Amino acid sequence: MNGRRWNGGGWNIAGLVLVGVIGLGATIGLPMWLELASLLDITVYLILAILALSLALVWGYGGILCFGQSAFFGLGAYAYAIAMFNIGESTIPFILSIVLPAVFAALLGYFMFYGRISDVYLGVITLTVTLILFNSVNSTAGPEYHIGEARLGGFNGIPSIPPLNWPGFSGSPLDLNDLFYVSIVLLLAVYFGLRWLLVSRFGRVMVAIRENEKRAGFLGYDARLYKLATFTLGGALAGLAGCLFANWGAFVSPTIFGLGQSAQIIIWVIVGGRGTLIGPVVGCIAIQWLTAWLGTAQFTKASLAHVVGPGIADALSSVLGFADLSNTNLVLGAILLAFVLLVPKGVVPTLLDLARAVVNRRRPADDLVSDKAEGTT
Amino acid sequence: MTEAAVLLETIDLGMRFGGVEAVSGVNFRLTEGELRCLIGPNGAGKSTFFKLLTGQLLPTSGKVLYRGRDISGAETHEVARRGIGIKTQVPSVFDGLSARENIWIAASRGRPTRRANEMVDEILSRIAMTGVADRQVGQLAHGQRQWLELGIVLAAEPELILLDEPAAGMTHEEVVRTAELIREINRTRSLIVVEHDMQFIRMIASKVTVLDRGRVLVEDSMENILRHPTVRDVYLGKRVAA
Repeated sequence: MNGRRWNGGGWNIAGLVLVGVIGLGATIGLPMWLELASLLDITVYLILAILALSLALVWGYGGILCFGQSAFFGLGAYAYAIAMFNIGESTIPFILSIVLPAVFAALLGYFMFYGRISDVYLGVITLTVTLILFNSVNSTAGPEYHIGEARLGGFNGIPSIPPLNWPGFSGSPLDLNDLFYVSIVLLLAVYFGLRWLLVSRFGRVMVAIRENEKRAGFLGYDARLYKLATFTLGGALAGLAGCLFANWGAFVSPTIFGLGQSAQIIIWVIVGGRGTLIGPVVGCIAIQWLTAWLGTAQFTKASLAHVVGPGIADALSSVLGFADLSNTNLVLGAILLAFVLLVPKGVVPTLLDLARAVVNRRRPADDLVSDKAEGTT
Repeated sequence: MTEAAVLLETIDLGMRFGGVEAVSGVNFRLTEGELRCLIGPNGAGKSTFFKLLTGQLLPTSGKVLYRGRDISGAETHEVARRGIGIKTQVPSVFDGLSARENIWIAASRGRPTRRANEMVDEILSRIAMTGVADRQVGQLAHGQRQWLELGIVLAAEPELILLDEPAAGMTHEEVVRTAELIREINRTRSLIVVEHDMQFIRMIASKVTVLDRGRVLVEDSMENILRHPTVRDVYLGKRVAA
């Protein structure tokens, strides 16, 4: 576009440099400053941020409300675990963990997009699919449920999953420090890769289809094909995150397909800002950090009683039905509600709007151009 | 003198919604390079007819031929790829993108990026929107959105352009400019224009097809159409016996 700004996701050089510098700084600095336990916490945030980016692409730019992104995340984790127990060397399991969810997404997407399923039903179908996977995998507890050497384990999941190794060297597995490096490098690669995609012809058309599918069709673009490609890529990225997640905990269980996990991904995107890439990453890391903090903060009814008095604390806990007011789901629900009502565009787009408002105030009135469209970060 | 080739033809085209026949047995023929106006009272079936031509609706009877090939039942994007472009009644544009980006999307299909970029500047200047090129389309005035949609259609360079009420909601000056633009487009493209504004139709002076209750009532020049008693009856509300 002659170097001009592209609203659907342009090369915002300042933003790219900022992300690059922060990414490089974190890659070098965090292992130096943090203990292994803290580094492990950060690693899972990075892995989940890749998952957040997959929905940022599918929903934020593709306009496809996928309630079941966790299906591909879980498939990636299970594919890696099962393949690892059978193969032993991680190159093929790693590839399978990306390819299998992508193929599954392509098949599901084919029936949804070519079957002209409307947006609302698309959300319902994707949610149903992940819940079916949850229930199916949950019922595989007996020893008869195995794929090759890998026992599926039902609701107990698959423990002691062998870690990734350097490609071709099964005798040199990645340690936890290595996993941090792999995760941050892959997160940055996914982020910059998606930024490139968004300024490519494909990305621009994808955003145009999100804006007006009918008009795109009148111009000769097959919206179904673009949506299918976007959905498949989203499935592949979620699968990659699933593989890393299975490595991080050396464990995978059916809860990975659960409603809670699905809802959480959507909350990350809503809080961070739909139509941006950095927003869902920020939303994911912030919410995960908050969830972890709530889990350790001991914010119980007793501590609340010290602040508001025992009567109000009693009333609150009985009205809400929770003995422990640190209930994470309650807090996440409240955050979601607050954002939908008060900051509907999400944190990053709202901050960008504020920054633009300040800049525009300094410009002469005739220079004002609309900068409201999202998607430059 | 050799007869111009038939570009678009409909044979007994019909569309029924439950008990309502919106389009019924329409035999329509457009030759290459022609500018045809399609008029008729509200509910005459003009928009449905356009939807049938562009693959938005599957006809319940008859067929649509484009350059002799049956395109009835083709997907919207397939119809577009064959060379039919449409400007809809309510401007259908990419609201969240800028005017420049809107035109780029249209210009870039099937063309190298450099050519698409050149075309964007050409079209923006042709529709006099260079000054608002980087403004988000959702914030433009109705007339500007109408013009932008016309620019989008032009950027795709279709052989046949369907314009559904291109002058609706425009000021008199905008209407005059739109008529000029349509005449200019007609030098290289074929057009079918649906319009209510008789003054506007006179400005673009062409053959007129009158639709009423889903059927072709009459086809003639504008002068004859205006003198036609049945057409006057239809427009004044006096129904013609079927």
